[in-house]
Amino acid sequence: MEPLMAYVVGGLFAASIYMILRRSIVKLVIGLILLSNAANLLIFTASGLTRGAPPLIPEGAQFPDPMPAADPLPQALILTAIVIAFGVLAFAVVLINRAYEILGVDDLDLMKETDA
Amino acid sequence: MNVEVLVVLPVLLPFLSAALSLMTWRSQVAQRVIGVGGTALLFVASCVLLYTTYHEGILVMEMSNWPAPFGIVLVSDLLSAIMVLMTGIMAFTVVIYSLSATDPEYEKFGYYPLMHLLHGGVAGAFLTGDIFNLFVWFEVMLMASFSLLILGGSRGQMEGAIKYVTINLVSSVIFLSAIGLLYGMTGTLNMAHIAVVLQGAESPMVTVVAMMFMVSFGIKAGSFPLFFWLPASYHTPPIAVSALFAGLLTKVGAYALFRMFTLMFMDDVQFTHNIILWAGVLTMVTGVLGAAAQFEFRRILSIHIISQIGYMLMALGLLAHTDIRSEVAVLALAGGIFYIVHNIVVKTNLFLVSGVVNQLLGSYELKKLGGLYRHKPFLSLLFFVSALSLAGLPPLSGFFAKFAVIRAGLEAYQWVPVFFGLLVGALTLYSMVKIWMYVFWRPLPEDHPMPERLNGKWDPKTIWMYAPIIVLTIATILLGVYGEPAFQVCLAAGEQLVDPSQYIEAVNPMDHMWLGEGE
Repeated sequence: MEPLMAYVVGGLFAASIYMILRRSIVKLVIGLILLSNAANLLIFTASGLTRGAPPLIPEGAQFPDPMPAADPLPQALILTAIVIAFGVLAFAVVLINRAYEILGVDDLDLMKETDA
Repeated sequence: MNVEVLVVLPVLLPFLSAALSLMTWRSQVAQRVIGVGGTALLFVASCVLLYTTYHEGILVMEMSNWPAPFGIVLVSDLLSAIMVLMTGIMAFTVVIYSLSATDPEYEKFGYYPLMHLLHGGVAGAFLTGDIFNLFVWFEVMLMASFSLLILGGSRGQMEGAIKYVTINLVSSVIFLSAIGLLYGMTGTLNMAHIAVVLQGAESPMVTVVAMMFMVSFGIKAGSFPLFFWLPASYHTPPIAVSALFAGLLTKVGAYALFRMFTLMFMDDVQFTHNIILWAGVLTMVTGVLGAAAQFEFRRILSIHIISQIGYMLMALGLLAHTDIRSEVAVLALAGGIFYIVHNIVVKTNLFLVSGVVNQLLGSYELKKLGGLYRHKPFLSLLFFVSALSLAGLPPLSGFFAKFAVIRAGLEAYQWVPVFFGLLVGALTLYSMVKIWMYVFWRPLPEDHPMPERLNGKWDPKTIWMYAPIIVLTIATILLGVYGEPAFQVCLAAGEQLVDPSQYIEAVNPMDHMWLGEGE
């Protein structure tokens, strides 16, 4: 399972970088969405995939059954990261909408007024 | 009262102030009172925290009483406490400055609550001892900074914000991926515990993850070649916001590099810290050359931030060429920390001065400014002191900050970085003299008539703009002529950094590792 997931993560990163490098600001945001999902899957894969073994300790026992159990911590991390990414991306979507209204262009190549 | 409570106060107080000022959304007076009161309390709390940390050693607070490494810990060692104190000082002075500098229109859109959230996020990032929690604090800080950056919604702000938001999201994702990989290798998120697990682990994967952290924090700190977002965005928001960003935000990246690369990634010093050293040298050179080409007050100052970051990176990178426990290493780190302190004070102050100049003459373009020395000699003096301090002239704080870093470089026999460090100091003087000549020394250009307010009587309302500038100018003079106590604290902080076992023992993640033995 891990090699397959590694390819999925790699593909997502590649697609997101491709989208971020496009000139349209909408595609830029799509790239950012893919990027955060790629990172979440990476955490999930890097910390080990365990199938069908919830990390629950039966009554009276010392350790979860069956061993090794799935690690709940990466799932908590991903949950937090998803919430944060949701907030940030909501902001980004509003930002590109406002930017389009104010600047009148959606082409990143034309946004170079502030560049040094 | 339990002394550990002090550690959580610098995080708690800003969030309390933010909640209160959200509740008083409609009343600008109440928001202002809460703004000044809340940041004053933050300042006092951070002073007490540094005092206590200096006298009683590293303070650790376990959140919800979950012992490390299972729960999140907040750790205040001297480096954290110094950085929190700088947050407190900057929060207080910038909020006072915004009383008369910030447009009331901005205040209606949540200027003060966002400021408080930013302070809380920065303080949290300085204090946390948990690496995922560090990511969360970065995001808190970034969300507040995104919103502050676009407050006002001008064209430049929109363009700057798109670049700033994109690059910071990319940096956060690199950071998050690195955390994921590190967790996969070590099985823990507690920084002290990670340090224990990584000791002596000569795995190339550790170096890969270290490089990911370096890229991520390098983007946030604005190091070469990852800094291009900074000059594109930092000069666009309202001036008080620029000043706070310039003082604090890049330094959070620098702090994170100091923390990671003294505590966790110390096994391949020759490789990682050499990269930091040379990135630092290139950072200071490109930053100062970029500034020399600019003719806009805020742009010169924001590109200068990059060049100053270079000295901090150089101080950290010198560890590659010294014995880690030696006095040279302590001196290098202490110099780096002192440099951060000095730079936060001076850089913020120069931005605040540029805001006053803009209010007097209505522009930031050097070519449209002039004649201020004749009409506002006192303001000119305040700028002059800060500018010379930034360039590193004795007896101001910049001299001793540069002196410590350069001295450490000489003792580590790193002639090339030292040479560039001195050269960049001279070039910094060039940019500062340029501002001085254009804005203060020469007469106002003839096609730009002198505004009435230059000759008018002194407006008592501007006291709120002058007071913070005067305080910060006195601070930079004091850090220079009476800098010994401050430098002693920095040396003690450096000693803590070169000996991570102090940090690890204080957090004590190994006491509760009974789970591991059962397997």
